[in-house]
This record gives sequence, C-alpha cells and structure tokens, in this order.
Amino acid sequence: MYRAYFKIAFFALIFTAFATAQAQEHNGDYAFDDEIESDGGKVNTKEEIDSYIDHHLKDSHDFHLFSYSDDAGVRKHVGFSLPVIVWSSEGLKFFMSSRFHHDDDGKVLVKAGDATFTKLHSKIYELDSGATAINFDADHHPTNAHRVFDMSITKSVFGLLLIGLLMLLVFGALAKQYKTKKIPTGFGRVLEPLVLYVRDEIARPNIGETKYRKFMGYLLTVFFLIWISNLLGLTPFGFNITGQIAVTVCLALFTFIIVQFSGNKDYWMHIFWMPGVPVLMKIALIPIELIGLLTKPFSLLVRLFANITAGHVVVMGLIALMITLKAQFGIVGSTGLSIFLTLFLSVIELLVAFLQAFIFTMLSALFIGMAVAEHDHHEHAGTEEDDIDEVRERFI
Amino acid sequence: METAYNLIGAGLIVIGGGIGLGQIGGKAMEAIARQPEAAGKIQTAMIIIGALLEGLAFGALLLGKN
Amino acid sequence: MLDLINDFSPGLFFMQALILIILIVLMRKFAWKPILNALSEREEGIAEALAAAENAKIEMANLEASNQAAAQEARAQRDEMLKDAREIKEKMIADAAGQAQEKADKIIAQAQEAIEAEKKAALADIKSQVADLSVDIAEKVTRKELSQKDAQHALIEQLLAEANI
Repeated sequence: MYRAYFKIAFFALIFTAFATAQAQEHNGDYAFDDEIESDGGKVNTKEEIDSYIDHHLKDSHDFHLFSYSDDAGVRKHVGFSLPVIVWSSEGLKFFMSSRFHHDDDGKVLVKAGDATFTKLHSKIYELDSGATAINFDADHHPTNAHRVFDMSITKSVFGLLLIGLLMLLVFGALAKQYKTKKIPTGFGRVLEPLVLYVRDEIARPNIGETKYRKFMGYLLTVFFLIWISNLLGLTPFGFNITGQIAVTVCLALFTFIIVQFSGNKDYWMHIFWMPGVPVLMKIALIPIELIGLLTKPFSLLVRLFANITAGHVVVMGLIALMITLKAQFGIVGSTGLSIFLTLFLSVIELLVAFLQAFIFTMLSALFIGMAVAEHDHHEHAGTEEDDIDEVRERFI
Repeated sequence: METAYNLIGAGLIVIGGGIGLGQIGGKAMEAIARQPEAAGKIQTAMIIIGALLEGLAFGALLLGKN
Repeated sequence: MLDLINDFSPGLFFMQALILIILIVLMRKFAWKPILNALSEREEGIAEALAAAENAKIEMANLEASNQAAAQEARAQRDEMLKDAREIKEKMIADAAGQAQEKADKIIAQAQEAIEAEKKAALADIKSQVADLSVDIAEKVTRKELSQKDAQHALIEQLLAEANI
C-alpha cells in the first residue's frame, strides 16, 4: 500500500530535480537577456495583471513555476523549457524553447536550419524568407511572418502527457489488483467507486443496458482526463489544459464523431425524415435538425472552455486583489481578503472541476444514447392499456 | 462604444441565463419537495438542463466577445 | 469569437487528438477492460451467490417439509404397526382362548363320556346287582311265605332298604 506513496514521492522528486536543473540552465542564459524579458517580471499594475492573466490563459512553450529576485536584484526563473516541434516551410524543425529566452513579443529570432522563428503571444511564427525582423501592421498583426503548424510539447501537451501517464499508472495498477483479489485495496478503493459512478450513473442510464459497454472506454477516459485536467488547473503549476479551445474542440469532435458513427437508422431518420409529421414539415425540419446536430458538440466545447477559463480568470483576479486593493485596504487587509475570497472560490472551482467533467461525459453519453436508442413506435399503441395500469399501480 | 454594447449584451445574456437557471432550480426544488424519493433523478435532469442553458449562455457570450 | 478562432492552435489540436486516441486505446486495453470485466464478474458472482443462497433456503425449506412428511409417515407406520400388533395379540389371545375352550370342552366331553360310560357301567352293575338282589329277595320271599300282604310289603320295604343303591 505504501508503494504507491513512494511512487508519487519519487515522481515529485524527479520533477523538482528536473525543474531546478533547468532553472539553473536558464539563469545562465538569462543574465545576458534581462532587457528582453516580457513575462515573469514583477507584476504590479492593473495592466500587468491583465496581461499576466491573459498570458496564463494561453498555452506556453516553457514550464514556468515562479520567479524571484535574488540579492543582487537579478530576476531568476524557476522552471524548465519544453521542446518546440514545428512544421515549417523548410520541413519539421525541432529545438528547445529556451532559445526564445522567455521572449513573447517577436523580438528574439531563432534560426533552425534555414528557417527563422519567433514567438509572439504564445504562438510561433516563421519569418518569410529574407526578413530579418518582424514587422507589424496597425492592428499589431505581423506582416512578414506566418503561423506554423506547431506540434510542440507545450505546457498543455506536457500536462496531457503527464495526466495520461498518471492515469495509465493508477488505473493500470487498479486493473492489476483485480487479477489477484476481488476487492481492491489502498488507493484502488477510491478509484473503484469513481469507475462505478461513471458506469452506473452516466453510461448505463443514458446509453442503455445492452449497448453501454462499447462506449465505456471513451467515456471513462474522457471523464478522468477532463477531471484531472481541471484539478491540475487549480494547482499552482498553472496548467490550463481544458481552458485551451483546441483541447475542448478536440474532445467535442471526438464525441461528435462517435455519435455520428454509432447512429442507427432511427437516428438518421429523425434528422432527415422526421416520422409522424407532414411532408412540408419534414423538409423544414431538416436544416433545424442539422443545426441541432452541430450545436451539440459546439455547446459541449464552449461550455467546458468557458467554465474553466472563467474560473481561472476569476481566481487569478481574486489573487490579484492582493495587489490592486493594497492602496485601499493595506497589505494585511488586501491579502486577507484575497486569501479568503480565493479560498472560497477555489472550493467552488473544485466542484466545477468535477461538474464539468461529469457534464461533458454525461452529455456525451446522452448524445450517444440518443443515437443508438431503439424506437418502437408500433408497440406503444397496443400496450397503452397496460401502461395505464402500470401508471396506476405506481401511484398506488 | 462597441465595448459598451458588448457589455450590455453580456448583461442581457446573464439576465436571461439567470432567469432560466432560477426557473430550473426552483422547479426542480418543487419537484423534489413533491417527490423526495425521485430526488436523484430530478437532480441529474436539473444539472443536464442547467448545463445546456449554460452552454447556450456561454456560447452567446463568446459570440458577442469582440 | 475572432479572438477564439485566432487562439485556436491546430498543432495543439493535433497533439490532443493524438494523445487522446493513444490514451483511449491504451486505457481500454490495460485499464478499463480488465477493471470493468472484474467488476461485472464480481457483480455476477454476487448475484449468483445471492441466487444460490436463495436456492439453498428454498431447498432447506423443502428438506424440512420432506423431513416432516417422513416423520409423519413414520409415525403413521408406527401406529399401523402397533395396531397390527395389538390385533395380532388379541387374535392370538382369542385363538388361544378358543383352543383352550375347545380343549376344555373336549376334556369335559370326554369326562362326561367317561362319566356316562361309568354311569352306564355302574347302572349295568346296579342292574345286575338289582337282578341278583331281586333274585335273592325272591329266593328269600319264596323261602318265607307269601301269605300276607302287609308282611309282603314290609318285606319289600325291608328288602329295598337292604338293597340300597
């Protein structure tokens, strides 16, 4: 039983060791590039706070834990850089993000082979051939650079990999436990009810007793992935995985594809030729049903994204109260207020983290259930009396 | 100016969503009071409908965001 | 909305899709399948155990009922046997009594026959004695004179008293 704790402690140890090692490496880079620092500096004014929150909500290419000023007044950053993998006009390019030196305004140019890259607002741009510096138009859009297909191990991807690994380890261990005993022990006792919850509360009632089994793999994976991602977003590591629109789009698209591929004849019939209504109505209903088809995944992705983003914005805003209200309430007052409100909201966010994972999985299951449901229209007419009897019995 | 309109729109969305959520919550409470043994089912249905409404409201907010 | 579309990173989308697919496949294979199988197996086991317990209960009840029936039957059989035995006993007693009666009757009959025979023999003896006596008396009478009636009667009386049988 204690082995699990040791395992976690071990990973934590490796993680911190890695982080410090990288931090030292950074410091070496960093001493020379102090003037081009754009994030991780002191955050004191409202604008800085806004930009800091904005920056946090976006994906980043390095893993930044915290910064501090040492005795000499030099800013030091603790964290580590992550690999950048981009598909540019010159083919696949690979380098470490530390080469950007924390620059986020397109000032540092990185040459990889024949291509030149720069990072602007957490996005990697490739400079057009011949350009030596990035130029902006009036709206601060670059004119001589274009976005590249960025497959980097960004912070979110790193987080996803971490979560995936964690899930494999934890649930793999649970699966292994069942080989030797009927009832899991230790941490498995916490996990088993969760799996049962997804199965009995989400999949079974919505998809149906006979067909739920096929979709359990997807539902369970998505449930735990979203939940752990949401929870990880509440830790000070500053992950914002489910607050990335690309991630939620991907999740919703998976649900959409699964629903469409598992839809049976009745499902398509209800979309393209609604039974039981006049022909004109049938034709009028087709576009409505098609829009409904698309709004389902859209609402799924927007809900998850907006909830998590809103949560992060509000939590960070409340933390920032410490700074913004310092003038009015003094250091102790503003800090106390900030801590109290943040604590309060964090508890709510803890609930939201679970609720959003639950809702996403639940609605996915619901949509799948609607697609695979068997409609027996004819049987109902014959058994109407039975139904009435049944209802009466239920009342009595 | 556009920001002001956006804010007014956001306010309207929040009002609408709030009314909707209030209705859902209130009716669900009534239903639970009437049939306490069906509380679990009603709660789940309530959360689902709330989530659908929430998705709608968030969608509108994002669409309105410039 | 434009901001959102601008924020959308196709690379992150691609990586997420890749990770999700790999994760789903791996989790299905290494975690969910064995876990769900074990869970449903366990549930089936529990259901089976419950059904078995129910069956055992019913069987127990059946056994009890059959036990009771057997006991009833045994009691009935015992009663029957007792009754038979009593009957046999009575019959035996009755038979024995009958035989004894018969034997006694026989013995009595034989005794009576013997008595009869003895009686006859005795009577015959008496008769012969009477005859002898009569002859004696007649001799005596004839020896004496048979003139007087009174004397004759007295004589006969005397003779009869002498010839007391």
